[in-house]
Amino acid sequence: MPTYLEFETPIKELHDQLEKAKEISAESNVDVSKTVKELEKKIKEKTAEIYENLSPWQRVLASRHLERPYTLAYANALTDGTFLELHGDRNVKDDKAIVGGFGMMDGETIMFIGHQKGINTKMRQYRNFGMANPEGYRKALRLMKLAEKFNKPIVTFIDTPGAFPGLEAEERGQAEAIAKNLYEMFQLKVPVICVIVGEGASGGALGIGIGDKVLMLENTWYSVISPESCSSILWRSWDFKETAASALKLTPENMLEQKLIDGIIKEPLGGAHTNPEEMFKIMKVELKKHITKLKELDPQKRIDKRIKKFCSMGVFHET
Amino acid sequence: MGWFKRNKEGILTPTTEKKETPEGLWYHCPDCKNVVTSEDHIANLSVCIQCGHHDRIGSEEYFSILFDEHFYEEINANLTSADPLNFVDTKKYFERIEAAMEKTKLNDAIRTAYGKTGGHNIVIACMDFQFIGGSMGAVVGEKISRAIDYCINKNAPLLIISKSGGARMMEAAHSLMQMAKTAAKLTLLSKARLPFISLLTDPTTGGVTASFSMLGDLNIAEPKALIGFAGPRVVKETIGKDLPEGFQTAEFLLEHGFIDLIVKRTELKEKLSLILSFFRN
Ligand SMILES: [Zn+2]
Repeated sequence: MPTYLEFETPIKELHDQLEKAKEISAESNVDVSKTVKELEKKIKEKTAEIYENLSPWQRVLASRHLERPYTLAYANALTDGTFLELHGDRNVKDDKAIVGGFGMMDGETIMFIGHQKGINTKMRQYRNFGMANPEGYRKALRLMKLAEKFNKPIVTFIDTPGAFPGLEAEERGQAEAIAKNLYEMFQLKVPVICVIVGEGASGGALGIGIGDKVLMLENTWYSVISPESCSSILWRSWDFKETAASALKLTPENMLEQKLIDGIIKEPLGGAHTNPEEMFKIMKVELKKHITKLKELDPQKRIDKRIKKFCSMGVFHET
Repeated sequence: MGWFKRNKEGILTPTTEKKETPEGLWYHCPDCKNVVTSEDHIANLSVCIQCGHHDRIGSEEYFSILFDEHFYEEINANLTSADPLNFVDTKKYFERIEAAMEKTKLNDAIRTAYGKTGGHNIVIACMDFQFIGGSMGAVVGEKISRAIDYCINKNAPLLIISKSGGARMMEAAHSLMQMAKTAAKLTLLSKARLPFISLLTDPTTGGVTASFSMLGDLNIAEPKALIGFAGPRVVKETIGKDLPEGFQTAEFLLEHGFIDLIVKRTELKEKLSLILSFFRN
């Protein structure tokens, strides 16, 4: 049973009608093929109409759709199942909210690293809802260094509501872990591509987000804070999340316009979750395109460009 | 840009002191309740003479404390915040900026200056908490970035004095990317083999902590300063119980291995000079 978001209700209704038509045809000999065709067409049109006009807040909701593919799904699909997960930060433990490992994508070894959310209630808890502790960021860095040592490109998938704000996270240096990753990622000699595949919330996202190319999927968001927290801090109420989502200019289009990301990756009609296979295909084409181009550059040149790009970010007045 | 000599009186006035003593005569310590004359308090660098409580002070005061003879050259003073997103919450962001500039007489939440401390050339970037909670937006990022360029040009070490509630939300992702930008620049400072001392003062939380503040060759802190990634209120809500005593203090961070040493403000200049002499070849 697929789940629908509130703004998808018209799509759900059409799907219900379609199911009913199919049921009727199964139970009797009434020919419904024409109705089915019409309904399928309507579903496409309605989905396109809705998804082309999503408000920023609806985009946030879409990015959190529980059936969206997460890092492990991408890593497995992109590597024809050769993905081998590697665990642990070699220091404290294995964080379940960030996963990583090598995989072979069309004959090329790639290090995939990303936030991992759970696929059901139990797993969501196990994955800490995609909120990593310091050891998650340190595992990510360990794996990045490993990839660098053997000259393998790195792909990170970002999808987190934020770094975990817990007591032990503070004790073990959440801030230092993220800071260190930023610093080290700027010096990686291999190509680094970062893709926001869901939620890009704050330092928790940026902690694996320093890349030669930073890309966003169509139905995702990226900002310094979630709209809910922004609402609670600036409006002192939880009721302004929609206004905050608009004010933060957090959509991929907004981010590209502000030159804070390098590109947007199309999703299948109705979002990545409606057709994961298609999503993986699109992702593979995009990643291969960028990796090929990035590999043409000399490592130092890549680093210089990466640094220069981030250093040009930020708008100010000078009088 | 000219060299400024600042008069000692009137500079070392702590920011909180004015409110607490309407007549400007007495300082009441919020910790031990001791009362001393403001003059004595200021002469002790706004550190409580009885219990050692460190009052929050701003860039003007730190520059006066650290630069020899109070001589320094402010760099990139004329950078001010833009409002790239036309951000409006309960107030327009540009009005917040104007109000903050008016109230604090500062251009943004950081000032950067070049001079000497204990005879060593140094660039100091010091945050001002009074300016929108010391929040980091594009101006803070750019001024740190340029301060690092300046260090590389002048072959001088860098001291950043952090005092910030985190990223400036009204600049949204622009402010987030300042974390990346400052970290990127620090890799260049490292490459030039120039020391970076990070001084964390009360409070240092959020985005700055998760970028430059934690990336010092030496991370030092003032006693009892609040230092953390998530604010204590958020951590408390997350774990659903009271926080242990001393959680997220400078002492707590030292015990957990994230701070090299804690330095009293009254010994800061002396210790800083010593540290810089270690790095000198
Ligand atoms: Zn006292």
